[in-house]
Amino acid sequence: MNSPRLNNFVNWILARFPLTKVWNEHLAEYYAPKNFNFWYFFGSLALLVLVNQFATGIMLTINYKPDAALAFDSVEYIMRDVNWGWLIRYMHSTGASAFFIVVYLHMFRGLLYGSFKKPRELVWIFGMLIYVCLMAEAFMGYLLPWGQMSYWGAQVIISLFSAIPIIGEDLSLWIRGDYVVADATLNRFFAFHVAAIPLVLVLLVFLHIVALHQVGSNNPDGIEIKENKGPDGIPVDGIPFHPYYTVKDIVGVSVFIFFFAVVLFYMPELEGYFLEHANFIPADPLQTPEHIAPLWYFTPFYAILRAVPDKFAGVLAMGGAIFVLFLLPWLDTVKVKSIRYRGGIYKKALLLFVISFFGLGYLGMQPPTPSATIAARLLTVIYFSFFLLMPIYTRWEKFKTVPKRLTSNDSLMNKIPLIKQVVSEITQDTVVTTKSGKTLHLKTPNPKGLRNASVDLAKKMKDSLD
Amino acid sequence: MKTLLTVIFSLYAVTCSASGKTELMHANIDLSDNTSLKRGAEHYVTYCLGCHSAKHIRYLRIAEDLELNEDVVLNDIAPVGASIYDSMISAMDKHDSNIWFGTVPPDLSLIARSRGSDWLYTYLKSFYRDDTKTHGTNNALFKDVGMPNVLWRLQGEQVPHYTLEGENQVISSLSLERPGELSVSEFDLVVTDLVNFLEYVGEPAQLKRQQMGKYVLFFILIIGFLGYLLKKEYWKDIH
Amino acid sequence: MNSSGVDKKRRQFLTNALTVVGAVGTGFVAVPFISQMQPSVKAKATGAPVQVNLSKLETGQLIRVEWRGKPVWILNRTKAILSTLAPLESELSDPNSTESIQPLAAKNQARSLKPELFVAIGLCTHLGCSPTYRPEVAPTDLGKDWQGGFFCPCHGSKFDIAGRVYSSMPAPTNLEIPPYRYIDENTIIIGENA
Repeated sequence: MNSPRLNNFVNWILARFPLTKVWNEHLAEYYAPKNFNFWYFFGSLALLVLVNQFATGIMLTINYKPDAALAFDSVEYIMRDVNWGWLIRYMHSTGASAFFIVVYLHMFRGLLYGSFKKPRELVWIFGMLIYVCLMAEAFMGYLLPWGQMSYWGAQVIISLFSAIPIIGEDLSLWIRGDYVVADATLNRFFAFHVAAIPLVLVLLVFLHIVALHQVGSNNPDGIEIKENKGPDGIPVDGIPFHPYYTVKDIVGVSVFIFFFAVVLFYMPELEGYFLEHANFIPADPLQTPEHIAPLWYFTPFYAILRAVPDKFAGVLAMGGAIFVLFLLPWLDTVKVKSIRYRGGIYKKALLLFVISFFGLGYLGMQPPTPSATIAARLLTVIYFSFFLLMPIYTRWEKFKTVPKRLTSNDSLMNKIPLIKQVVSEITQDTVVTTKSGKTLHLKTPNPKGLRNASVDLAKKMKDSLD
Repeated sequence: MKTLLTVIFSLYAVTCSASGKTELMHANIDLSDNTSLKRGAEHYVTYCLGCHSAKHIRYLRIAEDLELNEDVVLNDIAPVGASIYDSMISAMDKHDSNIWFGTVPPDLSLIARSRGSDWLYTYLKSFYRDDTKTHGTNNALFKDVGMPNVLWRLQGEQVPHYTLEGENQVISSLSLERPGELSVSEFDLVVTDLVNFLEYVGEPAQLKRQQMGKYVLFFILIIGFLGYLLKKEYWKDIH
Repeated sequence: MNSSGVDKKRRQFLTNALTVVGAVGTGFVAVPFISQMQPSVKAKATGAPVQVNLSKLETGQLIRVEWRGKPVWILNRTKAILSTLAPLESELSDPNSTESIQPLAAKNQARSLKPELFVAIGLCTHLGCSPTYRPEVAPTDLGKDWQGGFFCPCHGSKFDIAGRVYSSMPAPTNLEIPPYRYIDENTIIIGENA
């Protein structure tokens, strides 16, 4: 490796390109807090899924035809006639849903540990822009298979723009390029999906990371590690991202791709959540499917749209539900970042928000019955209250003392005695004699212990909310 | 806390009111059963291909996937004159079908993916005599469907029994009034084979996909295991 | 951080093991991505063997049929033009077709199963242009030695009436003969060997 020739070559490159500098600044000498937990896997996983979407997406464009007459059949052509086409298509379709799972968890991490707060407001804003781009990307990509759901989903969502006063009708016409969703729409969505938005997305991801590495990563304790530096100028609680977090991310990545592969190989439709059944019927502009719902990652916002009884107000509410997230750094002005040291009020509010998000997500998939609409309205109020009332309810919050240094994380190994103890509490040993005369020592559930354990669990959960 | 309870309660209420659909019968299909798939393909060509194409499958693909000789596929399955490279295209004219059935019979390549195998199985067994219809039959699962019961010779004729549900008369069960050429279990096998074939046609790579899955998962486990050891090793540095 | 007492060997071993397994995994993933650019089953189906009826093919007439998207010539040669094959051999680059592609049964002077009927892929072995059929003897542009054959307009390669390339031409080998066989007297199938 140390041949003079190679050294010369490396020096030639380094004189012209700051390879070592970039490597050090962003990996080998980027100091990250040492107490990252489970929630900190999802940033790198999002990047992994992005790469997956690019690689498989480019492969798909090789065989896909953005033409209303050919699109549906070309997707089936990929699924059947192209070598490994089914694998690449499923990697792309599963990747789309995986992207949103990962990004939602990544965003929720921000809510848990206050990662959007000063000095990381821009990191959050860039992240939100990525999220909006991702929604546009997913929405336009979903039209491309040209199935019934693709078609009518696009029809409904584009019609939302027509709710805007005065310019609405012309705007939705301009987006479609035709009076209904048609070949022109498919063609332009293809262009946006494979070229325009991905370029913006890459740029935003770059900005997101540059902004993050300027201010440094937050952590589960919400303490700025840069405020406590050693004599060498390195944060005392920081460790180099490479190799420590790169090897840790390998573990995270393997767990993630394990689940990814389970879905991909055994349930690529995931009961209609990842690929909707009605989308295996070619688009028919004359007949709407009995029940249309967007894919799961849009359903919370779709439920908000339906909950509002006025067309334009509904569109505003839906847009507002996304826009309000942008304002988060200025709505939550509390100095304490991490939920570990925040008061019960915020914990309860966050729990309510999570319930409202899941509830709206569920309702968005269901047909709009009267009782469902009432539930959706209630959840919409909770959703918005979480954000808009934040400046008020956080005034009464009582905080815990934030430590000066990072606290260490319990590793899974340390929890083993606790798990053993719980297992021994909820089971009892029984001796069974089988017909053949053998005696077996079985662990059977112990009803009393089970009850005690669940009461303990409930108590702990209640305590953790204070 | 009260709001929370209300929300949970109303969610529960929504879930309950959403049920109440027709129970589907379970199709006991097995994609690895090549003889069943072959019988299904023969039934498809005999009873379905007259009207319904399955344009996304080729006879050659059937030969490869069912491990059949190309000549066997051409002799036993494909209609006379078809080439091994042909897709399963119906000979029926679209204009004619519009006159005969009021609609163009859909392509069935993906019917198992949009409807599901249980639905298909139940649908094919749910035809009953209805003299008000031009074809003389109706379907308990797909009311007023344009398609006649093409399997009636095999199945025989079913008649409906009604119960009163609120104000409406609802079909509660069907019973065989006049037996067909096949016994009930023989007919069930025909429908099962047919549904099995349609499931296969919906996604020919399905079986291969599932077979591959376990190797991929095993490989990922190895990577994960090595990665975990490496992580443990490096993180010994961190106190 | 504390780097003392680190088992460097184990660390290196695990890193190497993971690199190897990771490289194998990347190799596995690369297979579908590379293989999907191969001709699809549909392309292979359209590349299926082609049947040609010869009953209307007149003497001296050349017809073109498409097989795998390539032009395939079928030429009914006269006895007179076949007699030019033997004297030409000294001027050819590969008169015995040892370097060229053809079915074994067509590796002969006339490069065909039956002498009169010539079947060949009509693409120059140089860079894939389709040569023109020039049966006339000694035309002004091809010189007085021209006995009839094929001339590639792109880079000037000359072939005799059996598709054999003349010496010092851009084309390296004789025209390719596809696999074909006779079903009966008047029908051949291109794409299947006898």
